[in-house]
Amino acid sequence: MLAHLPVLQVILPLVAAPSCLIIRKSGLVWLFTFLVSLAALTVSALLLQQVIDSGVISYHLGGWDAPWGIEYRIDILNAWVLLIVSALGTVVLAAAHTSIRRELEEGQQILFYTLYLLCFSGLLGIVATGDVFNVFVFLEISSLSTYALIALGRDRRALWAAFQYLVMGTVGATFLLIGIGFLYMVTGTLNMQDLAARLPAIGTSTTVLAAFAFILVGICLKLALFPLHLWLPNAYAYAPSVVTAFIAATATKVAVYLLIRFTVSIFGVDFSLSVLPLQHLLIGLGLLGVLTASVVAVYQMNIKRMFAYSSVAQVGYMIVGIGLGTAAGLQATLLHLFNHALMKGALFLALAGVVYRVGSANISAFRGLGRRMPWTMGAIVIGGISLIGMPLTAGFISKWYLISAAVDSSHWLVALLLVAGSLLAVAYVWRLVEAAYFHSPETPDKPADEAPLSLLIPTWLLALANLYFGVDTRLPLAVTEMASRTLFGGAL
Amino acid sequence: MIGNESLLQLALLLPLVAVAGIRLLGRHENLREAVSLLAGTALFATVCSLYDPVFRGELVEIRWLELMPGLSLAFRAEPLGLLFSLIASFLWSVTTLYAIGYMRGHGEGNQTRFYSLFAVSIGAVMGIAFAENLFTLFVFYEVLTLSTYPLVTHAGTDKARAGGRVYLGILLGTSIGFFLLAIVATWLLAGTLSFTPGGVFDADTPRSLLSVLLALYVFGVGKAAVMPFHRWLPAAMVAPTPVSALLHAVAVVKAGVFVLLKVCLLIFGLDTLGSIPATEWLLYLAGISVLLASVVALRQQNLKARLAYSTVSQLGYITMGALLATSAGFSGSALHIVMHAFGKITLFFCAGAILVAAHKTEIHQLRGIGRQMPVTMVAFFIASLSIIGIPPTGGTWSKWYLMLGTLEAGQWLLMALLMGSSLLSIAYLLPIPLRAFFSGNGQDSGGPPVAIREAPWPSLLAIGVTTLGCMLLLFYPNAFYQLIKVAL
Repeated sequence: MLAHLPVLQVILPLVAAPSCLIIRKSGLVWLFTFLVSLAALTVSALLLQQVIDSGVISYHLGGWDAPWGIEYRIDILNAWVLLIVSALGTVVLAAAHTSIRRELEEGQQILFYTLYLLCFSGLLGIVATGDVFNVFVFLEISSLSTYALIALGRDRRALWAAFQYLVMGTVGATFLLIGIGFLYMVTGTLNMQDLAARLPAIGTSTTVLAAFAFILVGICLKLALFPLHLWLPNAYAYAPSVVTAFIAATATKVAVYLLIRFTVSIFGVDFSLSVLPLQHLLIGLGLLGVLTASVVAVYQMNIKRMFAYSSVAQVGYMIVGIGLGTAAGLQATLLHLFNHALMKGALFLALAGVVYRVGSANISAFRGLGRRMPWTMGAIVIGGISLIGMPLTAGFISKWYLISAAVDSSHWLVALLLVAGSLLAVAYVWRLVEAAYFHSPETPDKPADEAPLSLLIPTWLLALANLYFGVDTRLPLAVTEMASRTLFGGAL
Repeated sequence: MIGNESLLQLALLLPLVAVAGIRLLGRHENLREAVSLLAGTALFATVCSLYDPVFRGELVEIRWLELMPGLSLAFRAEPLGLLFSLIASFLWSVTTLYAIGYMRGHGEGNQTRFYSLFAVSIGAVMGIAFAENLFTLFVFYEVLTLSTYPLVTHAGTDKARAGGRVYLGILLGTSIGFFLLAIVATWLLAGTLSFTPGGVFDADTPRSLLSVLLALYVFGVGKAAVMPFHRWLPAAMVAPTPVSALLHAVAVVKAGVFVLLKVCLLIFGLDTLGSIPATEWLLYLAGISVLLASVVALRQQNLKARLAYSTVSQLGYITMGALLATSAGFSGSALHIVMHAFGKITLFFCAGAILVAAHKTEIHQLRGIGRQMPVTMVAFFIASLSIIGIPPTGGTWSKWYLMLGTLEAGQWLLMALLMGSSLLSIAYLLPIPLRAFFSGNGQDSGGPPVAIREAPWPSLLAIGVTTLGCMLLLFYPNAFYQLIKVAL
């Protein structure tokens, strides 16, 4: 049983997805999917434990050996990302039932859970596999289900947002496929390990460069790196609330993982950061993303959209971390991967609560909400200060590591601009706090009207996690340090 | 007998206990305020009982938790911090007393929120005062900013919100933008953030780098209100007067200069500080801040605004004294924290008393008010003397040592600057009480005597206590002075 964990991680939700269609009762389906994701979470926790204890796990699908068959390869990096994805996916799912019942029709609810599980398994598959073509397959599984999930949104603009994402996402996936094809052409293998071993011998042929460029642009489209982020704000704003929480906490993280996997493990840091002016490109675009998206966020009237732009900005931070090209920078990125999942998960789940009660996520709906929904707003404040990077929240830890990484590699200007990004976060978070606590509500005498517990508990679980991991940092620090050290093993 | 470590824990936790008590008793006004007063007194007693061990140089240290390797939340009782916490805890009880009169007399809403946030801010001040390292200090510095923000916007009007935005914008902006960066850089350069006598930097650290760092610290600690980052202080004057009095004359601004003092003494070390080229520039910047703020104060017609600019100017003195990098200058700065605290809090108390009793906020309305509020205006007069720095008040001492410091450092120009600013402070402070007594407007002088109508008695009592403090400090500055000697 334990030996099959890597494949169970992916197969479990994949097989469970169609089973939802058989059960047909919304409440039961929710329970079923929740149990499945709980199982996936257990598997990923066990995997991480196993990797920490005994190193890399290599699993050969169907007993075929690596270069011919498909290999699932779990090292500390993807064990970490698997845990993030499955943990956040589970917590969000716990809140899904209440929110979905309010936002979707009965018939669509079953569909929602099916798609959710498909998307879930797709994301897990991308991370678990050690085969680049498999990456593409799972990317398509997760993307197609995401398009449909977004299109479920009540607002008719959700359709348009889903279509936008469909076009951009397909371009991205196609680019990735072209790049993988080129790689196969020159190396004759799809296995990541083999690719990493064979690529240095080939050197910098035009084909390899083209492959690299295609793959890079394809991934950057998926992770919404500025200026390829245009699909994201609409998709986040108009999707059903829990879908937003789910993809915000997981999908971009997986894309960042892919970027790290391709640039650092497969092509190697030396190639990635030196052959193309990638270092400048990543730092430059990352910073631009941080600053522009944050400024745009300040002017958003729809709070879901505002946090969507904030996500684009946060992706910028992670990209800068990779671009620094040092183990410390990579560690900061990996930390932020985790912490950002926590804060955006908490924030978007809290927003789901607001939408549930108030029916809107416009800034005007937040007036006086501090009194009407004290717990929900409390979670938003915690998520917000974590986003800003105040000490004693998770956000501070990753900001601290990122800034020290920048200063350490004497990128002073970068450090200054990163800090400026935090200040912009203050501006947009505070607009919300001011509306909630210092504006009187439009209908003043409404009594306290909290979101239902089934939403509040998951929200607060994540909010408390933001505080917990801001104080007790042993686990994330140990894992990310191990991961960044292994990845940079060759380069250092 | 409780151990010293437990006393330190108690000093840090008492304000939090007070918060819980205030929240629980929110409905019973008298009990709620009793909790505040009791906690204030207990806190002061706790801090007082730390005086002896610190004076003897015992190591009183506690460690809460380690966030990242080498970065922990830890506290240590040391002389400078003790000085600051003594002032803050003493004035907290006094201000609570004052606030009881003011808040009820003025009919303010949301009083439970007010008192509990007040306690949170004092807790943050204790954290800052006893911080063992820069990281802990930064954490509580931010807590102080965030917990005072709702106090500034207490009124909930558009004006209050606008003021709150400036307040938060500048304080968070400078602290995240410069202060945090300086801390990270210090961490990478020195490998430690602990406050260490003599400084943490190696002798061969490039001076240019240290120059940049020092500038980052001076600007990053926005609470010290060095120009051009002083705008938040006048903006914060929209707050209720007890907030302006305790937080924006004592706790918050003093936290700012206290941080600068600690950074100068225990991160850079006075010797290193004197050898950094940027020190000279920053000294003059502080000097300009002193002078300009005095000039601006002269032109303010609103009483609280004038007091705020006066605070900016006086904070400049403290910053300057620290940057002089001489022991006399440093002593002057540290003493001025005490003296200015007592003087300025009295002035704000008086301003609030005038608002509550006579509903007046502008200076030109105060002619002849001395007949209606004699006690208040006498207190105002004495406190003004302390700010200016002439006997019979404690302000004399700090000004004396600051002058001495400029002489020791051979900074004649700065000395002239200090003198000039003192003259200006005479011009912007003294006319207020003098006109209140001696220039009644024509019609009044022949009419029947004006009835005495002072502020509510708790407020008046508080004013009495701090005024008395101003005068006593002339005769008994020794307790503080010895403490500063230990620090040096």
